[in-house]
Amino acid sequence: CQKELKNIGKFYIVVEGLESMQNYDYTKYHPMDEIYRWMEDVERANPELISSAVYGYTYEGRNITLLKLGLNDTAGSEKKVIWMDCGIHAREWIAPAFCQWFVKEIVNSYKTNKKLGQMLQNLDIYVTPVINVDGYIFTWANNSTRLWRKSRSLPPPDSTCYGVDLNRNFKANWGTIGVSFDSCENTYCGKSAGSEPEAQAVMDFVGTMVNQTLCFLTIHSAGQLILLPYGHPEISAPNYNELVSVGQAAAVEMKKVHGMNYTVGTSPQILYPNSGSSRDWARLIGIPFSYTFELRDKGEFGHLLPEDHIQPACEEAYVGALSIITYVHDKAFKNGAVTTVKHFTLASGFTMTIWSTIVAVFVTTGFMV
Amino acid sequence: MGLRIIVVLAVLMGVTGSPTTTVRPETTSVDTAAHPNSIPEMAEETGQNEVFSEEEAAEDVMATGELNPNHYPAQRAAKVVQHYLTTRYGSPYRLFGLHRVHSGNAEDVGDSGRKYQLEISVHEIISNTTQKCSAEVFFPHGQKQESPQVQASCEELLNISTKAQEEALYQQYKMNQTLLSAQNLPDSHGHIEPDMKLLWHLGIVASSFIMLKESSENTLYNMAQVANITQLETEKEQLKFNCHTLLHDMVSQEILHWKLLFAWSPAEGVKVLQMEQLPHCQHCEKPPNTN
Repeated sequence: CQKELKNIGKFYIVVEGLESMQNYDYTKYHPMDEIYRWMEDVERANPELISSAVYGYTYEGRNITLLKLGLNDTAGSEKKVIWMDCGIHAREWIAPAFCQWFVKEIVNSYKTNKKLGQMLQNLDIYVTPVINVDGYIFTWANNSTRLWRKSRSLPPPDSTCYGVDLNRNFKANWGTIGVSFDSCENTYCGKSAGSEPEAQAVMDFVGTMVNQTLCFLTIHSAGQLILLPYGHPEISAPNYNELVSVGQAAAVEMKKVHGMNYTVGTSPQILYPNSGSSRDWARLIGIPFSYTFELRDKGEFGHLLPEDHIQPACEEAYVGALSIITYVHDKAFKNGAVTTVKHFTLASGFTMTIWSTIVAVFVTTGFMV
Repeated sequence: MGLRIIVVLAVLMGVTGSPTTTVRPETTSVDTAAHPNSIPEMAEETGQNEVFSEEEAAEDVMATGELNPNHYPAQRAAKVVQHYLTTRYGSPYRLFGLHRVHSGNAEDVGDSGRKYQLEISVHEIISNTTQKCSAEVFFPHGQKQESPQVQASCEELLNISTKAQEEALYQQYKMNQTLLSAQNLPDSHGHIEPDMKLLWHLGIVASSFIMLKESSENTLYNMAQVANITQLETEKEQLKFNCHTLLHDMVSQEILHWKLLFAWSPAEGVKVLQMEQLPHCQHCEKPPNTN
């Protein structure tokens, strides 16, 4: 009898969550308290798919929360990870809107979409709808705050200006190019790499999963670009060619939806050089696929993207993100067998000999090179 | 330990490790977790002295010759053409966006500056039509910031006549019992009241004069918002407006505040009479007092 009552209770929680979820308008921008509430509802309504975690606190002490999307892995093999974050820059409202849309799409299709269901058994997708919670809340305060970009950290001792550009604060060639050391400017990179709690939270959390992480996606606006590492004009990722082709495949899929062009390239090629970005940090620590998505538009409305653009923008972004996720999934899970992402492919036989020798020496003598 | 093995391996493979070397994917298809590429992470410890100044790096590596149309040098020059066309031909019923850059070429003109030749497509937003243009943009390189010079010829730019609509709007505004005023176009949610849209367009045309004037190879200007636009008494058949506009520069990511006084009539188009940049103010509640 008690067990039945417990099950009934669980049922009502799920139903309640489902109802709130279905009433949620994904074609409107939501303030932070509604997003927090939505995350609770979506988790409650989909207990077999979604769990949440608070993985850090903002400067002003607010929860930085993610939703983990994944299904029980029947095979029992190690799950791989996809990371997606939105709203590192406060004024880019379409980004958090997209993260919410993305979760909604997965929830609504994973039971009927066989491929998606399969992927969710092999992958966990970690989605942070709003990283820069303080900044996002600030942009909702009044008309004059709407275009705020940075976090809301207190001014440094010699200044009256708040905030750090979180996407210049990561440990990735920090402070070298495309930044300002003036705390009043919008690309202020902070007093040191990872000085900001929001950036540090991502690095700490993803850092514990780096070996399993296949892909790191960070969502921004605007410009309709798919940016690959690195932001420094003189550094290339070793898998540059593959990053380009996977990015271009995503752009092709995105264009099919509403005819919008997304340009693919490194930041120094198609936008501007920069350093300390989350995308660069992810690639640098070894996550093989790392992209910044710059969503709509190309300047007509910029960051003030009208709400009737939310649906088309999200529809094309969803297709693009899924294209990349599917690629990295299929690469790691070829023919249903897990292949490790970290493997050396050496070009020359000579080098192979040397390598084997080193390994042999190490193994026999225990001598560490 | 892993890093050291990779370093040894790299040495054995004859990588010279010059800081300006790009690791070519064809030569090393090493797809490994901790490969730091040609500039290692220790760059983060170099601190303030080693920061590239944006202008320095830009001048050094600025492309010359044939340009990749998707890369930023051609894109920035093309955006200038968009602003130029808007100042020349823009109206409440005609606005331009940059659709695509097809090809571009850049060459230095001695020490005086750099000249870009571009084949682009522009999008006329209100009629939703696209057409090709050939344009030349000259960015002067002087001690003080000078405006770029633009020449453009487009296929059929003025094919769609907006004269009748403009005349009707002009008469309507002239006869206004109360002078028009609007704020926050668009608002925080990207929304503009339908009967304010044309005022917004006027604000965009006027702002394009500033964006054109302020542009360089190191900027990419777009409208952010018309914070305030107020109609003043009509003077000599010209409608007059005061406008507080917010411009977004993509490169610095800054929002620039400008105040403008401009006139409009269908016959003369938009003419900016006064313009003044407002000081950079961190989230002011109201614009600072300027005389």
